[in-house]
Amino acid sequence: MTHHVLEMPVSEAQVRALRIDDTVTLQRTLYGIRDATQIHMFDRGRRTRLDLRGHAVIHTAPNVRKVPVSAEHPAGYAPVCIGTTTSDRMERFTRVLMEREGVRLIIGKGGLREGSSQAFADLGGAYLAIVGGTAALETTWIEQIEDVDLDDLNPESLWRFRIRDFGPLLVAMDSHGGSLYRSVQAETAARRAQVLASLGVQA
Amino acid sequence: MDIDLQAVEAAAKELYIRALKVLPPDIKDGFARLQQHETGATAQSVLGTMVRNIAVAEQTDNLLCQDTGIPIYNVTIGRGVAVDGHALKQALRRGCERATREYPLRSSVVHPLTRRNEHTSCGIEVPVIHVDFDDTPDTLSIEMVPKGSGSENGSFLRMAIPAEGVAAIKTFVIDCVLAAGGKTCPPTIVGVGLGGTSDLVVALAKRAATRPLGSVCDDPEGAALERQLSEAVNLLGVGPQGLGGDSTAFAVHVELAATHITMNPIAVNMQCHSARRARATFTPAGVAYGF
Repeated sequence: MTHHVLEMPVSEAQVRALRIDDTVTLQRTLYGIRDATQIHMFDRGRRTRLDLRGHAVIHTAPNVRKVPVSAEHPAGYAPVCIGTTTSDRMERFTRVLMEREGVRLIIGKGGLREGSSQAFADLGGAYLAIVGGTAALETTWIEQIEDVDLDDLNPESLWRFRIRDFGPLLVAMDSHGGSLYRSVQAETAARRAQVLASLGVQA
Repeated sequence: MDIDLQAVEAAAKELYIRALKVLPPDIKDGFARLQQHETGATAQSVLGTMVRNIAVAEQTDNLLCQDTGIPIYNVTIGRGVAVDGHALKQALRRGCERATREYPLRSSVVHPLTRRNEHTSCGIEVPVIHVDFDDTPDTLSIEMVPKGSGSENGSFLRMAIPAEGVAAIKTFVIDCVLAAGGKTCPPTIVGVGLGGTSDLVVALAKRAATRPLGSVCDDPEGAALERQLSEAVNLLGVGPQGLGGDSTAFAVHVELAATHITMNPIAVNMQCHSARRARATFTPAGVAYGF
């Protein structure tokens, strides 16, 4: 288990060096993306002016306060509470997000499926697990909302955050076919019959 | 006792914000119990982060979780309370809208077809308002639950039949917990509804999922079942965030109702580890806030 500090953006080689059970702390830049953002980008063909190549996206839709544009708040938004949503709903966007936009890392909670695992292997990507429901803590790792695009979808806009010491995050799916979720699912499925037997039920 | 609707509106606003910021003591105690028994290293680390987040939220006066949820207000009206029910519901809605605009909170509520967000946390039939009555004298109680979507998407209904018996109930609950995996933000409170009709059984499951930890089903058979299931789900190994471990659920709660001779309805509704709720109690002495 290795701890990696990644200054974003990163190269394919840097992502391929990540292995499940490693931990990662991100620096500098992080993008926020969500259901509606990706439905509009990939199902409805909308494009963004933001450059996601080599970057990490987090599955989020933040609580923000609208403020006048200033050096401190260049996008006209101050962060209130920024956390993470369940990734599984966005499973089908992983490959296109990597192929079209060049994203390398996805941060979320609850994990992604086999299609994403394959995309990470084919294209050089990884999934970093954050602890869901710990947004107050995550918010302390975010310094600024630097930019926002597709803001008619607010709060499901495409956000660019300036971050500092964002993590530690757990490498839960890597580019070598490893997935902690797949391992846990296999183990829990194997225990099902025994657990039902403890309840007096023959599986 | 007469109810001041301005005070209800203010309470509806205050409750939404309070619920999002401060976790009830029974949930904090639940974390302490899980930490004592958890044997997995990753699971211990995840639980530690969750507990740290509770402290950070209180220290920084911030929301625990970004998900402001679907706002639910459960109103219980005691005896001797005089209130215009329609105006009460409007006051709750205004308070919910004001919390969202004035704090400001993320409005997580959209039209189901257009997906349009009014940025008020309100929409058709939302906030969800339930009104019930009890025999407490001169008391009106409003419980607020911001129900997060990760766990709400872990909702299941099965209209089992009598011949499938209690085995169907146990199997369904176990399979729902397995299907939910890490998506519902475990450790969860697994709410199980039994009996009634299809709509009632789902409502019972929600009631069970949002009951305080340590509370027990009124029905002795239901209480015995929730004890058995509470032990069983934590043998599955799903663990906090679905990353493995002993702490899959704080508890399984069961609520039940009588049902039809041909029916055996089962519903499961989950509450995430950020099991938020807040309560305002109106009495002749004024308004008191708690859980």
